[in-house]
Amino acid sequence: MTDGAPPDLQALGITKRFGPLTALKEVNFRLRSSRFHALLGENGAGKSTLVKCIMGYYHSDAGTILLDQQPVTIRNPRDAQTFGIGMVYQQFTLIPNMTILENLVISKAKLNSIINWQEEEFQLTEFMEKMPFKVPLSARVSSLAAGEKQKVEILKQLALQNRILILDEPTSVLTPQEADEVLGHLRAMTLARQLSVLIITHKLREVAAFADEVTVLRKGQCVGSGQVSELKISQMAEMMVGSEVTVKPKHRTVLSKKVPKLVLQDIRVKDDIGVEVVRGLHLTIHEGEIVGVAGVSGNGQRELIEVLAGQRRAVAGTIRVQGQPFQPTREKIMQHKMCCLPEEPLQNTCVGRMTVSENLAFRNFDVEPHAVGGWLISRPALRRSAFELIERYNIKPPYPDIPIQSLSGGNVQRAVLARELSAEVEILIIANPCFGLDFLATEEIRLQIVAARNRGTAVLLISEDLDEILELSDRTVVMFNGQLVYETASSGADLAIIGRHMTGDTT
Amino acid sequence: MSIAVPQTMNKALEPFLIIVGSLMVSMVLFGVFVALAGADPFEVYQTMYRAAFGTTFSWQNTLIRAAPLMLTALCTALPGHLGLIIIGGEGAVVMGGLFAAIAALAIQTAPPMVVLVTMALVGMAAGGLWLTIGGALRHYRAVNETISSLLLNYIAIALLNHLVTSTFRDPESLNHPSTHHIGEANMIGAIPGTDLHWGLVFGIVACVIAWFLMHHTVFGFASQIAGGNVRAAQIAGLPVGRLILIICLVAGAAGGLAGMVEVAAIHGRANDTLNANYGYAGILVAFVARNNPLAIIPVAVLLGGIRASSGLLQRSHELPDATVLVMQGIIFLVILFSETLYGRFSRLQKQEVS
Repeated sequence: MTDGAPPDLQALGITKRFGPLTALKEVNFRLRSSRFHALLGENGAGKSTLVKCIMGYYHSDAGTILLDQQPVTIRNPRDAQTFGIGMVYQQFTLIPNMTILENLVISKAKLNSIINWQEEEFQLTEFMEKMPFKVPLSARVSSLAAGEKQKVEILKQLALQNRILILDEPTSVLTPQEADEVLGHLRAMTLARQLSVLIITHKLREVAAFADEVTVLRKGQCVGSGQVSELKISQMAEMMVGSEVTVKPKHRTVLSKKVPKLVLQDIRVKDDIGVEVVRGLHLTIHEGEIVGVAGVSGNGQRELIEVLAGQRRAVAGTIRVQGQPFQPTREKIMQHKMCCLPEEPLQNTCVGRMTVSENLAFRNFDVEPHAVGGWLISRPALRRSAFELIERYNIKPPYPDIPIQSLSGGNVQRAVLARELSAEVEILIIANPCFGLDFLATEEIRLQIVAARNRGTAVLLISEDLDEILELSDRTVVMFNGQLVYETASSGADLAIIGRHMTGDTT
Repeated sequence: MSIAVPQTMNKALEPFLIIVGSLMVSMVLFGVFVALAGADPFEVYQTMYRAAFGTTFSWQNTLIRAAPLMLTALCTALPGHLGLIIIGGEGAVVMGGLFAAIAALAIQTAPPMVVLVTMALVGMAAGGLWLTIGGALRHYRAVNETISSLLLNYIAIALLNHLVTSTFRDPESLNHPSTHHIGEANMIGAIPGTDLHWGLVFGIVACVIAWFLMHHTVFGFASQIAGGNVRAAQIAGLPVGRLILIICLVAGAAGGLAGMVEVAAIHGRANDTLNANYGYAGILVAFVARNNPLAIIPVAVLLGGIRASSGLLQRSHELPDATVLVMQGIIFLVILFSETLYGRFSRLQKQEVS
C-alpha cells in the first residue's frame, strides 16, 4: 500500500444514452477519500452504467470525472487502473484452473516476458502479510468456495495498488456470513484510510451495517444521498422505489386435504466429475404447499434442481409427479404442468440472442395460437402474447423484438417468471428466485409464488437465503451433503437448530 | 414499434456490410496474388466477369455450377442452426450419387419418371443417413461432429472408389472406373428453352424450403432454442437429440440430391467425378451466407461464377487451373477472420441511429 489517503472521486453531470434509452441523466456523485459508499437503486436504475462510465468501460455522452478536484479522462479500464481505480465485477473473473498466485501475477498490467515465479511469490507473500484476510497462494481457484474467490478478486485489485475499489453486488454470490466477513474487512481498511470503497448493492441490511454514505439512483437519476447514520432503512427503500415500501404479509389459504404432488424417493445424482452429490434423498410435496430447502450451497442443491429441470439424469431413485413417473419430455412437462425457475435465468432458460417475444414463448410456441395447425409459427401471435405478458409483468423496456440479453437481470427474471407462471401451474421448482433482485422485484416475485401456492401449486423452493425460505415456505428442510437431514414447520422454526444442521453439526 | 425498426435494420445491416467488406478485401488480396503471378489484376477481374456473367452462355455455365453448391451449402447451414459445424457435404454428395446410380441400374427398364423419382429418393436417403451418422456420434457418444463428418467424407470417397472398381464396375470404363450408364432415357432433361438442367430448380426450391423450415415452423423454432442454449431447450423439454438427428438427415438429403443430380443430369454414371469438391465449396457458401438458406442462393451463384471462370482464365492469362481455388481459399480465410468483427461496430451503429 502506498502512503497517503486515497483520492477523492467525483462524477459531475454524467449522462449516458443507449440508442433511444437514457440510462443516466446528469448524475452527480461523490466518493470522498476513505469512505465506504453504497450505491443503491432498483434493477435498471443505472447503477452499473454509472460505475462502468467511471471505469472507462462506457464513455458518457456528457459529464466529467474529477480525481482530487482535477478533471481526468478515463478511456478504458486500463486507464482507470493507472488512476488507482479497480473494480470487482458481479461474476468472477478468475481463471478456475490456475492457482491464486498465477491469477494474481497474470493480472498485473505489466508483465515481464519471462516470469520469475520465485520473486513473484515472494512479493505476493509479503503483500499478503499486510492484508487483513489471507488466502493460500498455492490453492487452485476452482477448489475455493465463493467467499474465498470473492476475497481473491478483492486482493487482486489491492495487489494492483488500487486505492479506490468499486464492487458490483459483491455479496450476491456469498453466504451472509461470508458477506459480513468480506465487507467487514473492507470496512476496516477504509477506517484505516487505506481504501475508498464504492459498493453497488440491493441489500439494505449491508448498507446499514457497513456503509458511511449512500447515493440512491432511480430511473437514471440521482434521487438522494446522505450519511447512513442519519437515514433509516425505510427512508432508503423509499428513495429507491419512490414510495413507502410495505412488506405485505402474504395471505395464505389452508387446504383441507393433503394430496401428494411431487414425490422423490431415494434420489441419487452425480455431478459433472462423477461424484455422487445427491445421496439418497426423500421428499414429498403436497398440493398447496411450499417446501423450502435450506442449506449451504454446494450440498447437491444445484444437481437436484437440474434433475427436476430435465438437464441432468438421476443415477438412481424414483420421481413421481401426480402419481405418474416423471419424464422430462415436452409432452409430460405440459401434462404435469410442471414449471421451473432456476437461478441465472439468462444462462439457464433463455436464448440470449433470441427476442423477448420468442423467449416468452418457449413453453407454448408449439400450440395454438402460436403454432397454426401445430406446425406453422405465427409471429403476430407471438408478439401479441408477448405484449400482454410484458404489460402484466411490467417487463422493461417494453419491446418484444429486442434480444432478451439486452434486458437487465431483474427484467430477464420477470420475463422468465411471466413465461413460467402465466399458464396453470401444478408443480413449481424454484432456485434462488430473488438472487440479485431489488426490493420491489423481490416482493413481487414472492407474492407471485405464494399466490401460486394458494391456487394449489406444490412448490419446491431451494434458496441460499434462509430468511426467504422461512418467509415463504410452509415446511423447511435442511440439505446437507446430498441428503435431507432435518425437517421443521417454518413458523416457529428454531434458527439455531437449522443453522447447526446446515453445517452438518448434529450433536 | 418505431424503436424496433432501427434495431432490426442494424441486425441485417451488420452482416451485410461485413460480408461485402470481406469480399472486397479478398478481391484485393487475390489481385496481389494475380499480379505476383504476372497477370494484370484488373484484366483478370474483367475476364472473370465475362466468363461468369458476361453472356447467356456464361450465365448458364455459372448457374450449372451454382446448383450443386446451393444443395451442399445446406449440408453445413442447416446443422449450423443447431450450433453444429458439419463439413460432411462432400460425403453426402458422393453417397447420394453412388446409391442413386445403383438404384437406377437396378430398375433401369422402368418408366424414366419412376427411375428418376427413385434415384432422387434413394440419393437423398443415402446422403441423409450418411450425415446422420455424424449427428448420432455427436449426440450419443459426444464425438466432435466437425471431425467425424470430415472423416466420413474420406470413407464415402473410398467406398465409391471401391464399388466402382469392383462390384458395380462397367468393364468398358477402362481408364476411368465407373458404374454402368443409367441409360440416356433416364437422364434428367434441361429446363425448357435453356441448356440448364433441373438441378438449379432443385437447389433454389430446397433453399426456400429450408428457409421456411427454419424460420416459420415449430421445428425451426425448437432448433433455434436448442442451437442457442441447450440448457434452455432441456428445461423446455425439447428432444435435443431428435432435433440433431432430423436436421442432419435433412441436411444430408440436400447433399445426396446434389449427388443424384450430378449423376442423372451430367455424368450418367457414378465415378470419382462425383468427388469434385462441391461439398467443400458448399461449406464456404454456407459460411458466407451465415447459414441463412435464402442468402445461400446468391452466394452460390457468385461462387459458381468464380469457378466457371477458371477455364477462360487459363486460356487468356496463362494462369494455372487452380487459380480460382486460390481465390476461393482467400475468400474462406477472410470470411473466417471477419467472424471476429461482429459486434465491434455495434456501438458505432447504435450511435448513428440515435
